[in-house]
Amino acid sequence: MMNQIIQGILLGGYYALIACGLSFMFSVMRIINLAHGSLAVLSAFALWLLASRFHISPFLGLAIVLPLMAVIGWALQRFLLQRSARGGALLPILTTFGLAIVIDNVLFEQFGADTRSLAPYIGSLSYASWEWPGSIYVGKLAVIIFVTAVVLLGGLQLFLTRTSLGRSIRATSEDPDTAGLVGVDARRAMATAAAIAMVTVGLAGAFLGMRATFDPYAGATQLLFAFEAAVIGGAGSLWGTLIGGIMLALAQTLGATVHPQGFLIGGHVAFLIVLFIRLYTSGLGLGGLLRLSTGKAS
Amino acid sequence: MSLLSVEDLVVRHGLLQAVRGVSFSVEHGETLALVGANGAGKTTLLRAIAGAHQAASGRVVFDGADLSGVPSHERVRKGVALVPEGRRLFVQMTVEENLLLGRTAGRPGDWSVERVLETFPNLKPRRHAKAGHLSGGEQQATAIGRALMSNPDLLLLDEVSLGLSPLVVDRVYASLQGLISSGTTIILVEQDLNRALSVSDKVICMLEGRIALAGDSKNVSRDEVTKAYFGLHRKSAGGVPA
Repeated sequence: MMNQIIQGILLGGYYALIACGLSFMFSVMRIINLAHGSLAVLSAFALWLLASRFHISPFLGLAIVLPLMAVIGWALQRFLLQRSARGGALLPILTTFGLAIVIDNVLFEQFGADTRSLAPYIGSLSYASWEWPGSIYVGKLAVIIFVTAVVLLGGLQLFLTRTSLGRSIRATSEDPDTAGLVGVDARRAMATAAAIAMVTVGLAGAFLGMRATFDPYAGATQLLFAFEAAVIGGAGSLWGTLIGGIMLALAQTLGATVHPQGFLIGGHVAFLIVLFIRLYTSGLGLGGLLRLSTGKAS
Repeated sequence: MSLLSVEDLVVRHGLLQAVRGVSFSVEHGETLALVGANGAGKTTLLRAIAGAHQAASGRVVFDGADLSGVPSHERVRKGVALVPEGRRLFVQMTVEENLLLGRTAGRPGDWSVERVLETFPNLKPRRHAKAGHLSGGEQQATAIGRALMSNPDLLLLDEVSLGLSPLVVDRVYASLQGLISSGTTIILVEQDLNRALSVSDKVICMLEGRIALAGDSKNVSRDEVTKAYFGLHRKSAGGVPA
């Protein structure tokens, strides 16, 4: 059982990493980015391309891919999301949904349906592990991913609270009009936030490729995990994202011990329980929830 | 050259013309009080100067530069700071963080967090408290401090006494008196006529988006302003503005 808990916590680090960008974009820009998973897969393919064609290690490749992801995020916000946000809350969701379809199909067109992995390009790291007392084997890559998630979340927390740009981003997310009146360039702040979110997505995509396989349509599953971790942790809370990721992973691990097919179902059940608790405690009450579920809410 | 020159300014809210061809100027170091009934266009005029509302026509010239089309954050960089009606603090952020945000514009000057806390001593023990947990007076002091942190050449104050107890208003105005004495140029929207006339050099009374009365505060009687306030007086007194 201890082994499963430890593996679950470490897997939670990956979920926190992939949920981090989604949660950040939602809390700062009020945008649910449905292209989140596809963008992570795009990053994984970019690293795979660098590794397979140019023999650049995926870790070195991050020095190229992460700045590119930042530019993509900045451009997305300035030329797509900012404009679509003027059309109401639903339009950015539809826009990112469309973007996900475009990315998936462009990747399919370019790389075909084969599954790929970055594992062959990182040496023994993909399978090497430490043995802990009690015959518990802890994967080195899993530990690296977990530590990266903690450092990233801590770094983001420090950035948002201790730097002028971070405060500007928080102010813009709270009240963009007033932010302008105190000298904050709201458009620049939002574009910077999108660039940061995409860097985290790029990092998550790299670890996705190192710890598992991916194909052009793998984005939807990653989006689902990210969404579940973000909601369980309380969308918008950075440290909550880590807790959400760990809870999701523990539920999946527990589900897998109950039944071989229970891995995904365990996570979904945990997500639904937390979602219903949140809705119930939000003041809707049981009656409100039932009316919502039967479509009778006025 | 005047610090601020508003020329035939028209501002619309949809079909409603909130400011109708207003012209006036403010010199360096002056304090101008804008008075008028609710809906007279005072707040809209102030927000148009700050860049929060776009003018339909007319010009706002600040320090010799036409501000037409200049966004609000650029106007802060040029030296225009607004303390908006209702304070509009970032309630999830602390007092110190709200104050530091005022420094985003990066204008050089003497204002610092420490100086704001000295100017408004009631904020000292609340430095690390979330702005949403402050009293009305503390919030107002934070809002004024935040604007001052941008080291403005022109401070726009919109209804600083709104919703505050008379005692707290006295305290806020005592702090403002120091700013006025130090030569800060201020445009003040105020409902309290006595207070507006006592702290300002010039007064403008607005009615239905137009200037109903403009004059030197010393030369304008409370009775004249009251008449203009209710639309019974429509001429310039004291030989000032426009």
